[in-house]
Amino acid sequence: MHRRQFLNAALAATGGLALAASPFRVAFADARTDHRLVLVVLRGAMDGLGAVAPYADPDYRTIRGGLALAEPGQPDGVLDLDGHFGLHPALAPIHGWWQEGGLLVAHAIATPYRERSHFDAQDLLESGGNKPGRIDSGWLNRALGRLDGGGRGLGLALGQGVPLVMRGTVPVASWAPSTLPEPTDDFLARVMNLYEDDAVLGPALNAGLGIADMAQQASGIMPGKPRAKDRILLATTAGRMLADPAGPRVAVMDIQGWDTHVGQGAAKGRLANALGDLSDVLINLREGLGEAWGKSVVAVVTEFGRTVRPNGTNGTDHGTAGVAFLAGGAVEGGRVIGTWPGLREDKLYENRDLAPTTDMRALLKGVLRDHMGVPASALDRQVFPDDSKVRALPDLIRA
Amino acid sequence: MTMLVPDAAGAAAHALSRFGFGAAPGDPARVGHDPKGWVESQLKTDLPLTPAIFLDHPGSAARMQEVFAARMSEPEEREQRQKALREAYRTDIVARTRTAIASEAPFLERLVQFWSNHFTVSTQRGEVAPLAVAFENEAIRPNLLGRFEDMAKAAILHPAMLVYLDNVQSVGPGSRAGSKGKRGLNENLGREALELHTLGVNGGYDQDDVRALALILTGWAIDKETGAASFNPNTHEPGTKILVGHKVAEAGAEEAGQAITFLANHPATARHVAVKLARHFIADDPPDDAVKTLERQFRDSGGDLTVLYRTLVGLDAAWAHPLAKLRSPNDFLIATLRATDLPMDEKQLANTLGLLGQMPFSAPSPAGWPDRAADWAGPDAVVRRVDWSLALGQRIGSRIDARALLADILGGRANEDLHRTVERAPSPGEALALTLLSPAFQRR
Repeated sequence: MHRRQFLNAALAATGGLALAASPFRVAFADARTDHRLVLVVLRGAMDGLGAVAPYADPDYRTIRGGLALAEPGQPDGVLDLDGHFGLHPALAPIHGWWQEGGLLVAHAIATPYRERSHFDAQDLLESGGNKPGRIDSGWLNRALGRLDGGGRGLGLALGQGVPLVMRGTVPVASWAPSTLPEPTDDFLARVMNLYEDDAVLGPALNAGLGIADMAQQASGIMPGKPRAKDRILLATTAGRMLADPAGPRVAVMDIQGWDTHVGQGAAKGRLANALGDLSDVLINLREGLGEAWGKSVVAVVTEFGRTVRPNGTNGTDHGTAGVAFLAGGAVEGGRVIGTWPGLREDKLYENRDLAPTTDMRALLKGVLRDHMGVPASALDRQVFPDDSKVRALPDLIRA
Repeated sequence: MTMLVPDAAGAAAHALSRFGFGAAPGDPARVGHDPKGWVESQLKTDLPLTPAIFLDHPGSAARMQEVFAARMSEPEEREQRQKALREAYRTDIVARTRTAIASEAPFLERLVQFWSNHFTVSTQRGEVAPLAVAFENEAIRPNLLGRFEDMAKAAILHPAMLVYLDNVQSVGPGSRAGSKGKRGLNENLGREALELHTLGVNGGYDQDDVRALALILTGWAIDKETGAASFNPNTHEPGTKILVGHKVAEAGAEEAGQAITFLANHPATARHVAVKLARHFIADDPPDDAVKTLERQFRDSGGDLTVLYRTLVGLDAAWAHPLAKLRSPNDFLIATLRATDLPMDEKQLANTLGLLGQMPFSAPSPAGWPDRAADWAGPDAVVRRVDWSLALGQRIGSRIDARALLADILGGRANEDLHRTVERAPSPGEALALTLLSPAFQRR
């Protein structure tokens, strides 16, 4: 018997009513949305001006110096979006998505955080609050709680652990590739028995077992066979699991490597490498999702932007506003949204950063409301409770 | 109201787990009836702070020379050299792990690992890998029982840190090198030294202070010949800097030490360190009075770490039952190997650290490894502990009596249910795996 079947059988044995109330239950809900949402968190702060260059801004070349990218059409030039902005050449694999209308850029976007600590900024990005450390669950978990069936069985974190953005009262699964042999059902039952009263280990084990078989199968990992890089394997597996009618609907994964203080470079360098990783992840997610891509939104976010001017080491330091992407067949894309603040010195935030003009929560609220069907009142009160006045951005999702 | 552990063996097991890396068979009996005394006695140890296994270690300067040599080599040779450096890293972390497994002063080893994590250097920057254990040996161990300010100076100005947080490239804009306009300031180390190493994120500094500390630190880089940290006056920003309201007059190489002394003795640092220490040794959300006591002792003693450790061991909260901290993967592996004496070669041990999710010195960011249960008890992470424990049990279970082991290493920390579960296990391998997976063994 496979693990999930075992789990379901074990749960069924506990009786129907108890089942519904059990905090351990991760069997997938019957009433469910068929829309998919993937959140990709870029940890370390992606340089938004490097990823999506305002190449036609009159101040761009002067202020960016050695980090400025060439014009469209030139060697290593940006890939034009709308005559004003261009994609970094390392994002070439997804440039076609823009043309088909499945890629949207939000520029000059920021969370409400205005200091420059990665760790506090990520706390705000994930908790959805407006002060670090104030809320110890994630906005995505609270949003899951407002989906059909209370969100049970709908959330998946790619990786061994669950990042803050998906932590909370709704049980979610996590998965990362492993080649360890699988224990027998009898042994698992004994461990579950040990963890019956353990508030940490019990729910975690249940959630993990609930997903293990499906993930193993979706990953295509065969013992003894060489396998793809973890990043790619995670993306493909996530896509396939989300595409499965009985699979999760909301997933989160991280990409590291964005803290480009040194050697960020223009067309080549650390940022280009990280953007290449991002392209890989997005392409493989789409491949895994297959037809479900049409019902998907992939939101790519980072904790803050970076300084507008290069620092002294061919890199950038911690800044404020940056870029977020929405990709997917459900996205009303082919647009750069947000008010462009400009790069003139007097327009910069604290004379060093891109000034924020769009609140990250407005973007996220728009996706959650119009794509996942989370009620507006829940978005204001539970999902992003600290600033109910932040309005959801309309028209992000195809009608 | 604090509950103390019920029996002597349980109290000894508590001390071994909370302050050390768990019990080896016979350890609780050796600790005996005065577990607090056993912990405190380690602070007066005459054991050398650098374990014998590292006496022949080449050290960071020699390793840095290797890094330079690799950088300067032609592609084919470079690959060879980089491979050798990666293998050196693997040998190092395995030696470090074995040191913790075998330690007779495990409280000190836990403190070593705590501080290495506080002053994180990470292989996320590849060139740090061959320097990481040398960093611990050179910056953390010699200062373990000394003053925080000395450890902070040694750690922040160590070659591994200067590489990891980019200070080697940072150039004062007004320095001789900077006035040529090619390179300039990098504020990475300045920021993290304030936010993570000393004052803490709410410690009352701002962007100007980040820049001031970054300017103070300019010039601190690595000598291309010797591979040691050295000060280059050509890249140092001249002039007076104001750091959190404190004037640091132009003093070249001396400025960094003066600034770190000032920061290390700032009240915000006392608070920051007290919270982290209490979180590590007491609970994810430690009781405020415990934090306050530690904070006061840090301040009153001028950051005397031995005083701080003694205070910690004396806190009732540190002896509260049951143990509240979930073992991190690294702790779980070390505790398992202490308990079972499982033979593992270098490759197996390194692979297992990676498999369980905590390869030493590879923390995802300068904030280091997280220190709360929620960060380590992800569903997949827990499944992985189950899978791995069973595989281990099946390998060595037949030569270990899990029932006896349970009574020996956990004492009164094991309840009747656990004894019954282990007793009824269908095979010795499963009995051992269930012992290791038990909530009591998973905690420290």
